[in-house]
Amino acid sequence: MRGGSQNGITRRNLLTTGLAGALVARAAGADKSTVVIARDPALRGAGHSPDATRVAKLLDRAVESFYACDSPLEAWKKIVRPGEVVGLKVNCLSGRGAATSVVLVEAICERLQQAGIPQNNIVIWDRLDSDLESAGFRPSRGDRVRYIGNDSTGYGDELAIYGSAGSRLANTLTKTCDAVINLPVLKDHGIVGVTLALKNLFGAIHNPNKYHSDAGNPYVADVNMFPAIRQKVRLTICDGLTAQYEGGPSYMPQWSWPYNGLLVARDPVALDYIGWQIIEHKRAEMGMKSLRELKREPLYIATAADSAHRLGVNDPARIARVEV
Amino acid sequence: MERRVFLQGLALPCLAAAAGTPSDAQFTVEARFYDKLAYKKIKCKLCPRECVIDDRERGYCGVRENRGGTYYSLVHSRVCAAHIDPIEKKPLFHFLPGTMAFSVATAGCNVNCKMCQNWDISQVRPEQVYATYMPPAKLAALARQNDCPSIAYTYSEPVVFSEYVFDSAEAGRAAGVKSVVISGGYIQEEPLKQLCRRVDAIKIDLKAFSEKFYKEVVNGELKPVLNALVTIRKQNVWTEIVCLVIPTLNDSDAEFQALARWVKSELGPDVPVHFSQFHPDYLLKNLPPTPVPTLERAKALCDAEGLHYVYIGNIPGHPAESTHCPKCRRVVVERVGFSVRAISLEGAKCRFCHQIIPGVWEKA
Repeated sequence: MRGGSQNGITRRNLLTTGLAGALVARAAGADKSTVVIARDPALRGAGHSPDATRVAKLLDRAVESFYACDSPLEAWKKIVRPGEVVGLKVNCLSGRGAATSVVLVEAICERLQQAGIPQNNIVIWDRLDSDLESAGFRPSRGDRVRYIGNDSTGYGDELAIYGSAGSRLANTLTKTCDAVINLPVLKDHGIVGVTLALKNLFGAIHNPNKYHSDAGNPYVADVNMFPAIRQKVRLTICDGLTAQYEGGPSYMPQWSWPYNGLLVARDPVALDYIGWQIIEHKRAEMGMKSLRELKREPLYIATAADSAHRLGVNDPARIARVEV
Repeated sequence: MERRVFLQGLALPCLAAAAGTPSDAQFTVEARFYDKLAYKKIKCKLCPRECVIDDRERGYCGVRENRGGTYYSLVHSRVCAAHIDPIEKKPLFHFLPGTMAFSVATAGCNVNCKMCQNWDISQVRPEQVYATYMPPAKLAALARQNDCPSIAYTYSEPVVFSEYVFDSAEAGRAAGVKSVVISGGYIQEEPLKQLCRRVDAIKIDLKAFSEKFYKEVVNGELKPVLNALVTIRKQNVWTEIVCLVIPTLNDSDAEFQALARWVKSELGPDVPVHFSQFHPDYLLKNLPPTPVPTLERAKALCDAEGLHYVYIGNIPGHPAESTHCPKCRRVVVERVGFSVRAISLEGAKCRFCHQIIPGVWEKA
């Protein structure tokens, strides 16, 4: 996964799509990494919580735009193949409020099934069973989607090693799943600056506590170099329905805001760069210091893009930010 | 009894409890050293890292967790390794030579040394390794039952399970069993002073004598470790130092000399210093074992600087395993590997010239 190849829009797709968003994406995104941002100001209707129907439509719009397709099914068939075991790497440590939204995950599960993934081949996973439960991910009667905490299935014995990082990898990632869709939350992190696509993969290793020093640099980038992560993560859909600009990763309602959006990318570095800018913008709007001033600028994003890592691009001139 | 006996092999009645979970109350006690901050955050005050930890998160060590603004140790009595080892294996050469130490560890460590030999327990969270419930009174009783005059807290990093060390050392003292700690010495002054009040000896792994090495290889700092050594000496707890010598990383003459001069001036010439051979492991597999001449050079430099007890370790049969009287140069404790062949001491004095040999020589 490198710079230009991050763009999910093909020439063929361009010709077949009628979506304005896709045209915008194509025009802006040639030879660039595309990050699609889909937002819906009316996502919550009159209520406080996002409306499930509107979340599903928002997801469809985001994925269709990213893949320049005119139907969600067509887009999802580009992401997964029938019969694969697909992991959804949610972010649950902070419990409800700052975790990946259940309504979003349910919408993704629905689309995966339509794309040929049997219920039992969908695996919602994170570090701990208790984390999943606290975020609202519980099997219901007759529910055959699997919910797996790494604590219940364990880690491999072999160390994956890259740069400064050496870790055992979750069996869910290495043995259970054929493909992974990464579902981080758009939020601040009190130590490493922001926790988005790259940082969410700390949930795949046995020793994340070892890699927060120096604002996570270079550890976050190094962990993402592990082959199992590079090979299996197909797409990132960052949950920005409710975002948080301070106090993360714990849920701090006073610093959360209804961003009502999703960020979609195959390039995790580009997505992290754009997500970071969204958080910085909100911090400035709220009169808060920048992450650099607070000595927790997420420099690991630049490291992930450097010549040693090449996990994606962080140069804004090489990122197509497509808002639909 | 074999020197090295896995606890699972012993028919011990305390092994009813199997591996626990992070929420297992059996192993969970409130941590001793931390400050409560706003928004349910805490700041750990156990080691110099001073992790600021959000609710539901853990510190760098991975064994202490913030739950709703209260900080907990998850490893009290949660023993993941237990062996009966010669005290020479720690190594402690001036502490009850020829005796066995009932040696225990929990998961976790507050640094991440690239050469760690026990990374499979030190670099994991407690729920990721099999553990057994061994409360302090039971630990002390087991030591006595197995003719171990001491309990050794070792293998991983006792600093991160200090609540268990404190309670077990007190239980041991009540049962007539001493306690020794094998540590990297990355600990704040107040918890260290409290530790010193409870234990009888501390061996510190001084991993190098450069901040660069500590930053790049250990993910820690040198200065707090040196401060800890000074504190331990001031608290009159028997201290020995081990330096694992790694080719190209911490094996220069200048570094050995600087180390020797610092030890002599800040701790005194009688603190034993052990230079041990490195073996490739964990994240440092690209370097060879330390050549024996390198260890001999380190010893020679320290001898020349005036240190009285400089040893070479991990080279079974090397003459520098034995303790020599600094006055008459006769062997007063003869060792081969972890075995003690002969002790030529009368009390704490050299049998030949009556020079006092510092250490803890009597069980009582």
